[in-house]
Amino acid sequence: MARRLHKQRYLLDFALSSLWRRKGKNLALLGVYSLLVFVLASVLFFTQALKREAALVLAASPELIVQKLAAGRHDLIPAAYAERLREIRGVSRVSGRLWGYYYDARVRANYTVMAPEEVAVPEQAVLVGAGIARGRHLSRGSTLTFQGYDGTPRAFQVRGVLSPESELLTADLVLMAAADVRRLFGLAEGLYTDLTVAVNNPREVATVAAKIQELLPDTRPILRDEIRRTYEAAFDWRAGILLSVFSGALLAFLIFAWDKAAGLSAEERREIGILKAMGWETGEVLQLKFWEGAVVSLTAFFMGTLAAYLHVFVAAAPLLAPVLQGWSVLYPRFRLTPFIGLFEVAILFFFTVVPYTAATIVPTWRAAGLEPDQVMRS
Amino acid sequence: MIELSQVRKVFHAGRPNEHVAVAGVSLTLEAGRLTVFRGPSGSGKTTLLSLIGCMTRPTSGRIFLQGREITSLPLPFLTDLRRRTFGFIFQQFHLLAKVSVLENVMLPAYPLGESYSALKSRALSWLERLGLAAKAAAKVEWLSGGEAQRVAIARALINGPQVLIADEPTAHLDSHLSQEFMALMADFKTAGTTILIASHDPLVHEAVAVDRVVDLRDGRLVSPESRIC
Repeated sequence: MARRLHKQRYLLDFALSSLWRRKGKNLALLGVYSLLVFVLASVLFFTQALKREAALVLAASPELIVQKLAAGRHDLIPAAYAERLREIRGVSRVSGRLWGYYYDARVRANYTVMAPEEVAVPEQAVLVGAGIARGRHLSRGSTLTFQGYDGTPRAFQVRGVLSPESELLTADLVLMAAADVRRLFGLAEGLYTDLTVAVNNPREVATVAAKIQELLPDTRPILRDEIRRTYEAAFDWRAGILLSVFSGALLAFLIFAWDKAAGLSAEERREIGILKAMGWETGEVLQLKFWEGAVVSLTAFFMGTLAAYLHVFVAAAPLLAPVLQGWSVLYPRFRLTPFIGLFEVAILFFFTVVPYTAATIVPTWRAAGLEPDQVMRS
Repeated sequence: MIELSQVRKVFHAGRPNEHVAVAGVSLTLEAGRLTVFRGPSGSGKTTLLSLIGCMTRPTSGRIFLQGREITSLPLPFLTDLRRRTFGFIFQQFHLLAKVSVLENVMLPAYPLGESYSALKSRALSWLERLGLAAKAAAKVEWLSGGEAQRVAIARALINGPQVLIADEPTAHLDSHLSQEFMALMADFKTAGTTILIASHDPLVHEAVAVDRVVDLRDGRLVSPESRIC
């Protein structure tokens, strides 16, 4: 056992010294390899963390939202619908929401204007998301003016900026009193944008949704799970776009790595011949080359993954954020909670470390199969 | 004792470039003696040493080492036998460039997995004995021809071989260094090592320590009874 361990230590030591002897080639390879792992891992970490972040935020959102449809488009929902929904068994609470989108030509962005249920906002005052505060240079006490549905300018005093922790979903949010929302958008009393429905038993949400559909055929119940899936699909789609852009780089790397790993130089062939002539078995030469490949690929994997972790979770992914998280001109600015899916990391490991290590062994296997006496005759 | 019975080695058999390197050699080599294989280029000296040293298998014929037939041994056994029994000194030295003298000497012992301290101390003692202790940390490309050859000798001796095989060892040495080399071989012979040298250098086959000269031409022994000195 001790001899086997010593032998592997010798092989690893010699592999490291061999790599160092060809440091120019190997450092270049390590650089490109780490960069590739960095890009792939950054996209992976960022997408995963965004999805998780969105899921955490959505956990606090209503389980069921009911919207009224008029010929397939969204319409305002009468308060009387709420009464009918309360009659359904299993429904614990129904409340009307007032919200709408407001286009701000100055920053060319859409805001989501909403009357909050939990927070009381005085009339003619607003709470704004951090994205709007940055875009319009607002702080507590500033005045924000909106143009109402009838063209009348309406001024609001900024009472505060929403917490940056929720910025992923609140960057473009404006919270104001219900009466102000009605005045801004011209919404009559007795009408809401949509209704939120709380259900006693979470497992009955789908059943309740089906009952709503039956009771009020001109409405559309939206489940929280559906929203979560929409977010996930959006993030996955963006990650896919990004990865397809990088696939050219990936291919270029594979060609580069294959060339460097698979093509043994004359010097390397000579070395293999000498080792065999000195009594090394083919298997021992292969183990040596395995260690060389493993050291390069594992170092690149760990360096790339660590750099991606720092990029995404410490520096807030400055290189990827515009593509992956933006759904508006107002990009949220936030620090993601570190979250790494082991399965995804394992996939990344499998697709980066394994092919390279294999690529270093195959040509060695061919070269190491030669009879050692060729060294005697060279 | 090494015994060869009708050993034949053919390269590229059955092809237009077929070449018979060794054509049915039968020979007995005594243990603890210094034997020189002499002959012009292409006479089969190097191939014969490769065959004896288990570096390649004969096309036909058999080789016995201390009475044990070794030609039919499976490859791993043959490799193990080679690294424990034979030490090789090549014509071009074949040291690994950009690697230290000490590591070059230790390399053949790596697969055996003995402890680092024991291996290093043995390698250093050989370098000391060959006058190279001060160069242990130096890269081999900084060495002179004579020094490089002594490193190759230390490397050949690291696993304590019973048989030392040297192919044209003085080809790149001047007369003084060639004589020094033969003096070293004489020392090893006195210590009980069997030494087989392929050379057409008179400084080698005329050396006092040589027990026997085997003449080869076109892959055959020149006379059935080679000259015994």
